[in-house]
Amino acid sequence: MDAPAPAPRLAPGDPIIRVRDLVVGFDERVILDGLSLDVKAGEILGFVGGSGTGKSVLTRTILGLVQKRSGSIEVFGQDLDKASDAERRAIEKRWGVMFQHGALFSSLTVAQNIQVPMREYLDLSPTLMDELAALKIEMVGLKPDAASKAPSELSGGMIKRAALARALALDPEIVFLDEPTSGLDPIGAAEFDDLIRTLQRTLGLTVFMVTHDLDSLASACDRIAALADKKVVAVGTMDEMVECPNAWVQSYFKGERALARMKG
Amino acid sequence: MTQTLPSPGFDITRNGEVAIIALSGEWTLDHGRRLEEVARQLPEQLGDARRAELDIGGVGRLDTLGAHVIDRLSHDLGSDGVRVEVRSASPLHRTLIDAVKRRGLQVAPQRKSRFVDLLSDIGRTIVNFGHDLVRGVSFIGEIVVAIGRALFRSSRFRWASLVNQLELIAFRGAPIIILITFLVGCIVAQQGIVQLQRFGATAFVVDLVGIITLRELSILLCAIMIAGRSGSAFTAEIGSMKMREEIDALRVMGLNPVDVLVVPRILALIIAMPILSFLASMAGLFGAGLVAWLYGGIAPDTFLARLQGVITAKHFAAGLIKAPFMALVIGAIACIEGMNVQGSAESLGRQVTASVVKAIFMVIVVDGLFAMFFAAIRF
Ligand SMILES: Nc1ncnc2c1ncn2[C@@H]1O[C@H](COP(=O)(O)OP(=O)(O)OP(=O)(O)O)[C@@H](O)[C@H]1O
Ligand SMILES: [Mg+2]
Repeated sequence: MDAPAPAPRLAPGDPIIRVRDLVVGFDERVILDGLSLDVKAGEILGFVGGSGTGKSVLTRTILGLVQKRSGSIEVFGQDLDKASDAERRAIEKRWGVMFQHGALFSSLTVAQNIQVPMREYLDLSPTLMDELAALKIEMVGLKPDAASKAPSELSGGMIKRAALARALALDPEIVFLDEPTSGLDPIGAAEFDDLIRTLQRTLGLTVFMVTHDLDSLASACDRIAALADKKVVAVGTMDEMVECPNAWVQSYFKGERALARMKG
Repeated sequence: MTQTLPSPGFDITRNGEVAIIALSGEWTLDHGRRLEEVARQLPEQLGDARRAELDIGGVGRLDTLGAHVIDRLSHDLGSDGVRVEVRSASPLHRTLIDAVKRRGLQVAPQRKSRFVDLLSDIGRTIVNFGHDLVRGVSFIGEIVVAIGRALFRSSRFRWASLVNQLELIAFRGAPIIILITFLVGCIVAQQGIVQLQRFGATAFVVDLVGIITLRELSILLCAIMIAGRSGSAFTAEIGSMKMREEIDALRVMGLNPVDVLVVPRILALIIAMPILSFLASMAGLFGAGLVAWLYGGIAPDTFLARLQGVITAKHFAAGLIKAPFMALVIGAIACIEGMNVQGSAESLGRQVTASVVKAIFMVIVVDGLFAMFFAAIRF
């Protein structure tokens, strides 16, 4: 009934991530200018945009890896600028991140990678930690023998799955996925979408997913946000995106129109 | 988060054959230790019940760990011959438990005995040493061939890379090498004076310092510094290129990594080493002369005159001849270790360490061989 953790300061219906008037830039170049976005609790939000428009930059800014120039970011109803170190740590424990290139620690095995956040935050016996790592490995669809492999011994798809397993190590409430299906074959990508859907349902996750993959958007995402001209120009379901007048959104979803119609 | 959440617990009531186990509290990661305790105590308190009903209606939050512990509990009880049923789970809890259950229980892999591990480690080390030696020799051969190729087909030689490496090795390395040999020259001269004074043979300090600096000190210090400065850099550069498949990228473009990466570096070392060794000798003699003058009372012109008398061209040559060989050894070891880097950051660190340690060791071995050789031919 109340299985996903009720966030202390989050009133029901409030967005779990709220970004307002965000400005981010490097040197003279402004990448994001006045961007606002809400992510609702329990949804899978697909985030699209052309290559190099700043999708990864937005993700990294929300995560606090890139400095913003102005604007505000609230996660779990808490302004990240005003959070103390302890509060930040508490928030970091409640989100999981899968980086665009996996970012697995190269000197650790897959199982050890998954156990890194567990060691940091939890008090568990080694046996239980091994079991939990094995469980996560199986949940993301890796074979059990992957546990003892080094990241350099994994294929591209396996790296994605291992990175997802690590992102899920602490049963987070939000997971950020940066292009989870890029570089996977269509069947593998579809499986990955199903996996994210299933995990979202069983674990009650909120998923923020950056993707270029129209199939992912159509099959896995509840809502879609489109980034163009340094802002979020459209947010909505697949059908609403197809209706959106913005030129970039039009050209992106045009090919998908037939498919969306068929579904509708 | 506030830590007032109720910790997990259980309560057993007997109903004839059936034990009804009511679970309560938060079955989440935060209570990991407590959950393990519960899972350990629960079967002991079950007595002789042949059937058990796990009532999880009283469980607050449940996550994958909690679901896993519940699953393991029913599995363990099942293998003790107790029939277990999970009752009154909310739909959400039910999906989670089912998601965890579908997967077979994982058994931790068994360790082999330490003694066997030790023996196999020793064996592996010896075999690796043999492989290293063979690979080293064949790599040096490959380098010599590549250098030959570069010299005869100089149009395709990478001059820019060579000059760049020369700058890094010789130009930027010179100050520290000069400083170190200067200081060591001072120290040797000072020690020599202290010892020789007792025999009234202070003047012989010039012989001592002159010969030892030219024949051994300058080249050894130089080689050790270069192994630490440039050898480690070679290994790290080539190793990180290996890690990110850049070496493979060169290969598939039809470029030979030995030609592109190794030859310019080793040639630069071979050119730089005699120069640095010469500079090191001069700095060492200068330091020795300074100490002899200020501390030993040997005037500079006396020092130089005696030096001229003692030092013949062969002492000078004996040091310089060694330089290119040392360069080849350091460069080859550094490049081999770089090529041996596997995918991980840790392996890069290990290989860089190995490169420096092996290079310094081999430099001293080579120096010893030269000493024996020179002694045999009375050079
Ligand atoms: N650390 C940085 N310093 C300077 N510029 C950066 C930095 N990180 C990103 N950028 C620039 O910001 C822009 C947006 O980059 P970002 O990585 O967010 O693109 P993206 O939308 O994720 O693209 P892709 O779909 O290809 O991953 C790019 O033009 C990039 O050059
Ligand atoms: Mg990106």
